[in-house]
Amino acid sequence: MFIIGELINGMYPQINSAIAERNKKVIQKFALDQITAGADALDLNCGPASSKPLIDMPWLVETVSEVTDKPLCLDSSKPEVIQEGLKAVKYKAIINSTTADLKKLDLLIPLAKEYKAELIGITISAKGIPQNMDQRVELAAEIITYCQKSNFGLENLYLDPVAMPLNLAQEQLTDILKSIREFRILAQPSPKTVIGLSNVSQGTHTHNTHSLINRTFLTLAVAYGLNSAILNPNDKELMDSLITAELILNKNIYCDSYLEAYRRKII
Amino acid sequence: METQLVLEKWPGVISAITIGAAKDEGGSRSNIVKIGGQNSLPLLFKEGTFPNKPKIAFELWDIGGQDWQKELASVYNQEVNDPFAWADKCVNEFKAELLCVKLQGAHPDFGNRSAQASAKFISTLLNRVKVPLIITGCGDDTKDNLVMPLVSEAAKNERCLIGSALQNNYKTLVASALADGHNIIAESPIDINIAKQLNILISDMGLAIERIVIDPTIGALGYGLEYAYSIMERARLAALAGDRTLASPFICFVGQEAWRTKEAKVSLEQGIIWETLTASSLIQSGADLLIMRHPKAAEKVNNFINTLYQG
Repeated sequence: MFIIGELINGMYPQINSAIAERNKKVIQKFALDQITAGADALDLNCGPASSKPLIDMPWLVETVSEVTDKPLCLDSSKPEVIQEGLKAVKYKAIINSTTADLKKLDLLIPLAKEYKAELIGITISAKGIPQNMDQRVELAAEIITYCQKSNFGLENLYLDPVAMPLNLAQEQLTDILKSIREFRILAQPSPKTVIGLSNVSQGTHTHNTHSLINRTFLTLAVAYGLNSAILNPNDKELMDSLITAELILNKNIYCDSYLEAYRRKII
Repeated sequence: METQLVLEKWPGVISAITIGAAKDEGGSRSNIVKIGGQNSLPLLFKEGTFPNKPKIAFELWDIGGQDWQKELASVYNQEVNDPFAWADKCVNEFKAELLCVKLQGAHPDFGNRSAQASAKFISTLLNRVKVPLIITGCGDDTKDNLVMPLVSEAAKNERCLIGSALQNNYKTLVASALADGHNIIAESPIDINIAKQLNILISDMGLAIERIVIDPTIGALGYGLEYAYSIMERARLAALAGDRTLASPFICFVGQEAWRTKEAKVSLEQGIIWETLTASSLIQSGADLLIMRHPKAAEKVNNFINTLYQG
């Protein structure tokens, strides 16, 4: 499982003020803590409150690049913010994200190619969030077709079926899980899949439930073939569940210290 | 139409391990032996790189070949009763690049030699022959824990391969390997989960995982070779996929297994065949280091390796 740490997001007050105050230390600590906990890449999001994301995004990229060479996942709905971020990237970037809208694809695929970045394609269109699996698969197919037409290698594409909150769209979660499996058979080589995990528990009210819902959903998603997730790697129980789920699916070889082995990244 | 080969590209690589230290590194070996370092399944030369061939080490015991099958021991003539002469013969006559010395004499049932005497034996042997050494204990845990620290110290800085660490008895040996700069053999009973666990336990003590050689425990042809094969294959697939805890070269004690089969006891000729076939099958399973007994079998297997590696 390719783990993208979600914590550097201006939605969190601590990050929001660190961005506003240009406090590198706080951002860098969040970066390193997530990597120690198992993150393979870091999501960077200036947050809804940022009044100057065109400046904040490259600052985040530069700040994090001072302490790690892990891939950075530039998270914004505005292509121009992503572009400013890409300019500052020293190592590998992942664009988070394009929708199936032509307007966005037209802008972001050339950028991904120019900066040799990976791309998350989220199955949303101008019509909004799909309501079932078929609509998700249709949008995924549109994104794939566009990539193929533009010579963008599918090995660089992640498809995101859009995780929905359990308390708002309970009836959709099965479809979201099934979509993961369907996406994988849409093309050869199989496109990778990703979800923004915390969406699933959004709006649930106790932290305990929040974490429990996340890890239960992730376990199921792994069984459906999910390759990657944007999540909180500092949630130890979540990571333990993930490691164990992958072990049960025979992706790693068991030994008594398997949790420790995984954490030390020697598996 | 030309057939297109489907080539696999693996992210993992097997640790490259050096046995023996020359003068410039503080040792006194005239040659050093390297094993491992490959990044593909055995012998798939088009798929990956194989910087080192599998190597053969000649096995000898500190008490001579008294417990060996008579016909086998007789190949070494009178020298078999004098371990130093035996070692000389392996190096000079049979061109051994590497020796594997078993300190059988320390075993309570085989003379119960003291730790000091075993250490002295190793010092003398290191002066006598200049090839790198693999040194294994007698197999009695309590005694090995007394003997191996002194033996390891006697061979300090010679970068030997010492063994064997077991899941329930590894700490003393690991401490010695750390203190004296040796590599270590981690032995597991045809069990991949234990092999992995033991590698983690050893590396937890501070010995780099890149200094471990896995003894997966093998059976001779007809005596469980296929079980060893499947464990070795599974470990390799995991290692090449990126599991560093299993990315160790394999050592296989071929001679001791082949020569105790009833087929090998029928005749010397058949014993040689049995040892040769066991070794050559294990090369195809991924063995990096083969511990062998009969010089003729070793020669045949060496030729086999050279033919394979001609490409």
